[in-house]
Amino acid sequence: MKIITANRLTDGVVVYLNGNGWVDGIAAAAILSAPDAIDAGLAAAARAIANREVVDVNAIDVTLDDSRRPVPVKLRERIRAYGPTVGYGEAALPRLVA
Amino acid sequence: MYRYDEFDHEFVNARVAQFRDQVSRRLSGELSEDEFKPLRLMNGVYLQLHAYMLRVAIPYGTLNSRQMRMLGHIARKYDRDYGHFTTRQNIQFNWPKLIDIPQILEDLASVEMHAIQTSGNCIRNVTTDHFAGVALDEIADPRVYAEILRQWSSLHPEFVFLPRKFKIAITGAEHDRAAIQVHDIGLQLKRNDKGETGFAVHVGGGQGRTPMIAKLVREFLPEGDLIAYTEAILRVYNLYGRRDNKYKARIKILVHETGIDELRRDIEKEFERIRDGVLHLPKADIDAINSWFARPAYRDLPAASPALEAARKADRHFDRWVKNNVTEHVHPGHAIVTVSLKPAGAPPGDATARQMEVLADLGEKFSHDELRISHEQNVILPHVAKDDLKTVYDALAAEGLAAANAGLVTDIIACPGLDYCALANARSIPVAQRISEAFEASGREQEIGELKIKISGCINACGHHHVGHIGILGVDRKGEEFYQITLGGSADEHTSIGEIVGPGFSTDEVVGAVEKIVDTYLGLRHSPQETFLQAWRRVGQQPFKEALYG
Repeated sequence: MKIITANRLTDGVVVYLNGNGWVDGIAAAAILSAPDAIDAGLAAAARAIANREVVDVNAIDVTLDDSRRPVPVKLRERIRAYGPTVGYGEAALPRLVA
Repeated sequence: MYRYDEFDHEFVNARVAQFRDQVSRRLSGELSEDEFKPLRLMNGVYLQLHAYMLRVAIPYGTLNSRQMRMLGHIARKYDRDYGHFTTRQNIQFNWPKLIDIPQILEDLASVEMHAIQTSGNCIRNVTTDHFAGVALDEIADPRVYAEILRQWSSLHPEFVFLPRKFKIAITGAEHDRAAIQVHDIGLQLKRNDKGETGFAVHVGGGQGRTPMIAKLVREFLPEGDLIAYTEAILRVYNLYGRRDNKYKARIKILVHETGIDELRRDIEKEFERIRDGVLHLPKADIDAINSWFARPAYRDLPAASPALEAARKADRHFDRWVKNNVTEHVHPGHAIVTVSLKPAGAPPGDATARQMEVLADLGEKFSHDELRISHEQNVILPHVAKDDLKTVYDALAAEGLAAANAGLVTDIIACPGLDYCALANARSIPVAQRISEAFEASGREQEIGELKIKISGCINACGHHHVGHIGILGVDRKGEEFYQITLGGSADEHTSIGEIVGPGFSTDEVVGAVEKIVDTYLGLRHSPQETFLQAWRRVGQQPFKEALYG
């Protein structure tokens, strides 16, 4: 089971491919199982690269959670999908200002 | 501080305009990603896990308040309200949009900053001692020579496509605070028997997958020959450095494979050919650059400050902060302040936009408009009157910037790791956070004393793990994060590469392993004055192996 991911050209944001194009959240990614579907997805992604929508395309392995949403198999892709596992910016501050 | 001349302004502004055009052509489709990638990298723009990342150069780690304020402005306006100070004395913004980057570069240019040569196979930002110019043990200010090298190396046509990236570091003192022996070229300022200023030149140091300590290639190089000799080294490297395998392309591999004696002959031969030509530095030029780094007009103050002593007696935490974060200054009545960006549980090296602005204000009011970034990912206020230390401390404390841990076990270097970096195999920041929380909670930081923990999320070693007294390297083992521990590394004048202590530890185990190592040290040290590194050098790995693996 795979989904197709990339970074949007203009701002670098992580995006996922579904039937309507590229979306921000992994939950809306199209889940591709059949080799033909994966090939078709990669072909669509190649067109998106040519159309200057995205860069750095990858088909990544996923499993499904209880709500049948895709969850990347690799930690790297989980971090890409859900963001850094650590706080940052002002959010990391309150407990520091004693 | 050095200020741009007309040429610098023109050159940086032209580069901004050029990059604006390149981005525009990329967005219009005139440039493909393959064509654009090397162009964006030349301007410090990477594509990381979540977004683009912009690495901005802070030449030799020195900046003024206006520049620091601009970094805060960029964090606030174009990023997510923070930036990450790196082990190369640079700053990285983790979330800029490509379409905004030309404007960010224009904003940077307005305060004499840029991102040129912060990436790519070129000569990178020259780094120095963060106490440069005010250190008690200094022979001369290394920033003068770093600036000369910056001017020479910026867009040097012969050295923009080297076999690999090239890093130069300079120390102005015998005690090396700039890690020069793990750089491609490490320069140590010294004086010869005649009292002339020059350099001991080391070449071929580096970390990464093949850590090596630099070899001494020349005992004494007169300062006037700095550019000619550096150019000779670069020419030999450019000629013989491997281009067939990027993992063997750094000059350290050339030094290792060729041997320092043969390489020295090649370098000296080229040096003799060019030393008396246009590359010779006239004394007047060195003096002119030197004048930009003249010390500020300090207040005339007695060496001791009764106000400081009274405040130390009244406030225990302030007293501890002074002990750990304040260093003796070359001018009476003044001090160097290390502002730790490592409060327990925080991502090492991160500062919020607001913190940058506060630091800029403090630099302006209390440090003669000057700040530094250390390769240990802290901020330095280099010229603070001792009488003002309590005021500065209170202002820092209000912003979560008064951690009293400089040089202690919680003052950890960590790269961004897998939380941000496209190259990383494992996370670094959460490990640093958990270690610092554990040791802070234990209340033993002071008892443990000087101990440098350095963490990298991959073998590229941006977190300097090879030279950590305790080094931690994150690896991917069948999809799981594991952490390999090295002991005995050091990046000072007695540089050593840490030795692997044994099999790695899981995420759950690694903090406990570090605690066990520290407990072992506390149990075997001769006295509290014997540091971790001294104790390790005396006893070796065995007691630590036994404690960890039984």
